[in-house]
Amino acid sequence: MRSSKVTHAIGMFALSLLLLVFLSPFLITILNTFKSTQEFVENPFSLPTQFNFDNYFKAIDEMSFATGFVNSLIITLVGVVIVVIFSAMTAYLFARFTWKINKVLFFVMTASMAIPFQVVMIPLVTIYGTVGFIDSRESLLFMYFGFGCSLAVFTFHGFIKGIPFALEEAASIDGSGRVRTFFQIILPLLKPVVSTITVLDVLWMWNDYLLPSLILQSPELRTLPLSTYNFFSSYSVDFTPLMAGLILTMLPVLVLYLFLQKYIIKGLAAGAVK
Amino acid sequence: MRQKKLKNVGTFLIFGGPSLFAFTAVVLIPLAFGLYLTFTNWNMATGTHAFIGLGNYKSILTDKTYLEQLWFTIKYALLTVVISNVGAFSLGLILSKGLKGQTFFRTGFFTPNLIGGLILGYLWQFLFTQVLPFMGQKYGWAIFQTSWLSDTTKAFWALVIVNAWQLMGYLMIVYIAGFVSVPSDILEAAAIDGAGRFRKIISVILPLSVSSIVVCLFLSISRSFLTYDLNLALTNGGPYGSTELASFHIVQKAFLSNEYGMGQAEAVILFIVVAVIALTQSAFMKRLEVEA
Repeated sequence: MRSSKVTHAIGMFALSLLLLVFLSPFLITILNTFKSTQEFVENPFSLPTQFNFDNYFKAIDEMSFATGFVNSLIITLVGVVIVVIFSAMTAYLFARFTWKINKVLFFVMTASMAIPFQVVMIPLVTIYGTVGFIDSRESLLFMYFGFGCSLAVFTFHGFIKGIPFALEEAASIDGSGRVRTFFQIILPLLKPVVSTITVLDVLWMWNDYLLPSLILQSPELRTLPLSTYNFFSSYSVDFTPLMAGLILTMLPVLVLYLFLQKYIIKGLAAGAVK
Repeated sequence: MRQKKLKNVGTFLIFGGPSLFAFTAVVLIPLAFGLYLTFTNWNMATGTHAFIGLGNYKSILTDKTYLEQLWFTIKYALLTVVISNVGAFSLGLILSKGLKGQTFFRTGFFTPNLIGGLILGYLWQFLFTQVLPFMGQKYGWAIFQTSWLSDTTKAFWALVIVNAWQLMGYLMIVYIAGFVSVPSDILEAAAIDGAGRFRKIISVILPLSVSSIVVCLFLSISRSFLTYDLNLALTNGGPYGSTELASFHIVQKAFLSNEYGMGQAEAVILFIVVAVIALTQSAFMKRLEVEA
């Protein structure tokens, strides 16, 4: 009995050590954001002589953090709302009205999920660059909508099919139209799927670099990953402010994770299995 | 009758209109136009676009540097897939035994998945160029004495390690979901028959986890083949263009050299390679599946 307790303790210790090493890239970076580049280069493991936030202020300033943050926030919030609402509506259409055209369209949408972004990005830029529908929030949002809707429609569809018809029938007897029935009866039932899609799409839109880098050019429209890229390519000798910039960029998501870890892990795992 | 039809058209447009419009405009039309692009010598800089048939595919498939690069990507993907899956499977096993604080550990190992490849790439850049060389010099570890990112082979391994490091926590969650559904009576029966811990893993858990393995292989194959952000931030294709993965190369070809037709043809070939590998894998693995 005693020896098993000892093995258990050793196991726990080993596991904790493993996690510590696993997360050390984050920990070492945080530690060094409080030091000068000189101190960091001399010894990345030394403790900061004093806790000053100079690097953070420098980063906020140099990478126009506030602009990037607000832009990312707008794109992510609006993008997710658009994808969730319209995809849920389309999924409802496909699940409840089994017209031939709906079946074909649903099949096309589902099949398109296999296509990687890399296969459409060049024609996308060619087409929308030619017609001039780039370098605006609207165009980026429209593209997130187009790319995000197939997975969302597919996920909502699977869920709506399991909802009994009786609820809608009762509503329609009471004289509720199709749109009202959807918003009052169906949409509230979709909460679990909404949370899955929200988690997947928030992380996608917040972290995405490639699409915005191709679509947005004006500095005032840059999302956080673009500001980070720009910061790193224009400011490469002074390391510790750059590290502070990285921490700042990660912070919003990590704070969310602290509170919503259960939903986030569940949402991402559900997205994987689909 | 007519009125009903009209009502249905209205329903279709209201419920399906917006998403179908965006989907068509952003996915379907570019996809079709993209296929056409591969048959042209479309160049954004010179403005030329003539139809050249299979010319792009021919020159790509006979281009030795391209084929080497594709092979480089395949090697990278294979190693990433193996390392991340072995790691995730083992972590998942350990963290589904009901240890104290196991949720905490799962949460911790999952963390890198919340952050984009670009940020992670920059984060690790400091590790490879500053922190590890510091340790190498201090403790005399030859392997870390110089920056990994300035050596062709080591820069390749740096990419593999960082991508596998990130993927591991994600795949771990998928494996755990599978382990939880392994019936405990089978495990008990195996224990009564004298199976040790290792035997149980090999003969019971592994065969019953085939469906999670299929999902994880699929995920890790597509993720690693399509790596872009990490490549850009960590090595930027260097040293001397030795670590350009397929996606990176496509972006360079199209948006730096302006060879849109050529870049698109490379993208189509990459897609075919990924699809063939992913589907073969899943067809092969599905045959190993057993019922509990």
